Amino acid sequence: MESGVFFTTYKADMGLRRKPVHKVRLLVFVAFLIIFPFLASRYWLNLANQIAIATISAIGLNILVGYTGQISLGQGAFMAVGAYSAGIFAARFGLPIYLNVPLACLITAAVGVFFGLPSLRLKGLYLAMATLAAQVIVEWIITHWTSLTGGTEALVMPAPTLFGQRLNTDFRFYWIAVSMALLTALFAANLFRSRVGRAFVAIRDQDIAAEVIGVDVFRYKLLAFAISSFIAGLAGALLANYRTIISWERFTIETSIFYLAVIIIGGLGTINGSFFGAAFMTLLPAFINNLGRALQTTAPAVAGLLPAVQQAIFGLAIILFLVLEPEGLAKLWRNVKDYFYVWPFSY
Amino acid sequence: MDKFLQLTITGLTTGMVYALIALGFVIIYKSSDVINFAQGELMVVGAYLLYAFIVQFGLPASLAMAATLGVAVLLGVTIERLVLRPMIGEPIISLIMVTIGLSSVLKGMVNAIWGPVPRPFPEFIPRANVAIGPAVVPADRLIAIAIALFFLVLFTLFFRFTREGIAMRAIADDQQAALSMGISVKRVFAVAWAIAAVSAAVAGAIVANIIGVGGEIAGLGLRVFPVVILGGLDSVPGAVIGGLIIGLLEAYTGGYIGEGLNLIIPFIVLLLVLMVRPYGLFGKVIIERV
Repeated sequence: MESGVFFTTYKADMGLRRKPVHKVRLLVFVAFLIIFPFLASRYWLNLANQIAIATISAIGLNILVGYTGQISLGQGAFMAVGAYSAGIFAARFGLPIYLNVPLACLITAAVGVFFGLPSLRLKGLYLAMATLAAQVIVEWIITHWTSLTGGTEALVMPAPTLFGQRLNTDFRFYWIAVSMALLTALFAANLFRSRVGRAFVAIRDQDIAAEVIGVDVFRYKLLAFAISSFIAGLAGALLANYRTIISWERFTIETSIFYLAVIIIGGLGTINGSFFGAAFMTLLPAFINNLGRALQTTAPAVAGLLPAVQQAIFGLAIILFLVLEPEGLAKLWRNVKDYFYVWPFSY
Repeated sequence: MDKFLQLTITGLTTGMVYALIALGFVIIYKSSDVINFAQGELMVVGAYLLYAFIVQFGLPASLAMAATLGVAVLLGVTIERLVLRPMIGEPIISLIMVTIGLSSVLKGMVNAIWGPVPRPFPEFIPRANVAIGPAVVPADRLIAIAIALFFLVLFTLFFRFTREGIAMRAIADDQQAALSMGISVKRVFAVAWAIAAVSAAVAGAIVANIIGVGGEIAGLGLRVFPVVILGGLDSVPGAVIGGLIIGLLEAYTGGYIGEGLNLIIPFIVLLLVLMVRPYGLFGKVIIERV
């Protein structure tokens, strides 16, 4: 029975996974991720891919909102830039996935820095307004620059190929999506153990104090925008390569709101919360859809109401989490762990 | 010249509708520092309520309007009590997200009750065209101007002379000082939400009369952000002037440049205003700068 955390070396204290139980849990989780696609049906694989991509995007947004404290309503726009860049590189220039995705990420990072410029003067509500403007402007450019993006028509790109394999099934894409999600999570977890990440957190907690102790606030804010939109671009580019049909309707203000909801429900400023939130917000509509299909024969009237109910539940989930558990699912998970940590003497 | 006059009048009428919607934002922001992303959905709810009272319950227009406003007051107070009150003192992101969540709940409820398909709105304001010189204006827009002006005057008087209004200004100025002077902040917030819901319901009814009742009305809620930022988030006259400027700008870009540029010009203005003068034209010059 342990009563606390005692390390005898700095190396152990600085470790990302500090205790044996952490390592075991991580191994079990990775093993599950490896076995899962061989057991799951196409339906579940599709959901898993969606969750993986949503997790990437949520981690990106969390770096900006949860860790650096810069509210962004432009996540949809940044993902759109990533998706359309990847799509255009693939469809017009025939670039393979291992080139079009990184290029798309770089372009998105540049766009993110541009729209992050107002953050040098603004914060809070006013920054939210500026990113809202970014969202609307990017959406408009995509729907009106028809020669490049196809306008309101969907942009179709060829299915990506990697190592001679066409990644056109859920099973094959699963490996790309999940490994990228794991890499992103690993990158983010390490980022916040580094000088840069600590600077982000300092800016979030008190920007003036951060400046006083020598954090270059301007530089780190822009860096936060760059990293965050780089990852948003990654999510967008992966989504493009996964769906191979890119439509601006997937990247509206609703998308931005969806990802804000994901990180609120998952837990602001947590990496595992980004995953919990993404899983929760992807599975909830899927669950309601299934319920609808089940009710179709027995109670068609109720089934017809479900899209509206889904909308209401989405909002209700946000409100309930904000009111009852502002730290989100990550906090609930921590509560569970804490309970078993001292079990059976929970006092 | 005719085109210019026509565009000017169109712009002014659009601007007045914007101003009316913006009033609701400003009232809430002024008293409680909450930016209400659900204003657009409150408009939809107001429009559907009026629709239900006129078409589904068969009430005469005046009675239906009164009933709608009554329900709107109840709705505003309920929202404040259930959703906003637990959020007092929370960070800005929570305040933004809670109103976004609220808008989603309202949208879902409207969809569940009235379905997603837009419906034609009963003509409770005459839609016939009126000629002003060489320009032709639909009458409902003119009435919208009159209604918006009426509410503007009403709100200005309210803030200047009534007890509640002065209390609201006191709270906007310094919440703690207001509390220590015996002002009930809770009560004032409730009043603010009631007023916002009423102004949203009125704006919703006017817009529904122009474009029909449906979910698209909520889109206007988003388009009003440039208006309130330009005018100043806590300024009632600013909402009106900002509304008029944005309305005219949209009309001129739509008429002379076209290509849908009128849809984003307000947001470009928004970005410029934020960079140069974030508190807007008439807002209080207190803004947290970095």
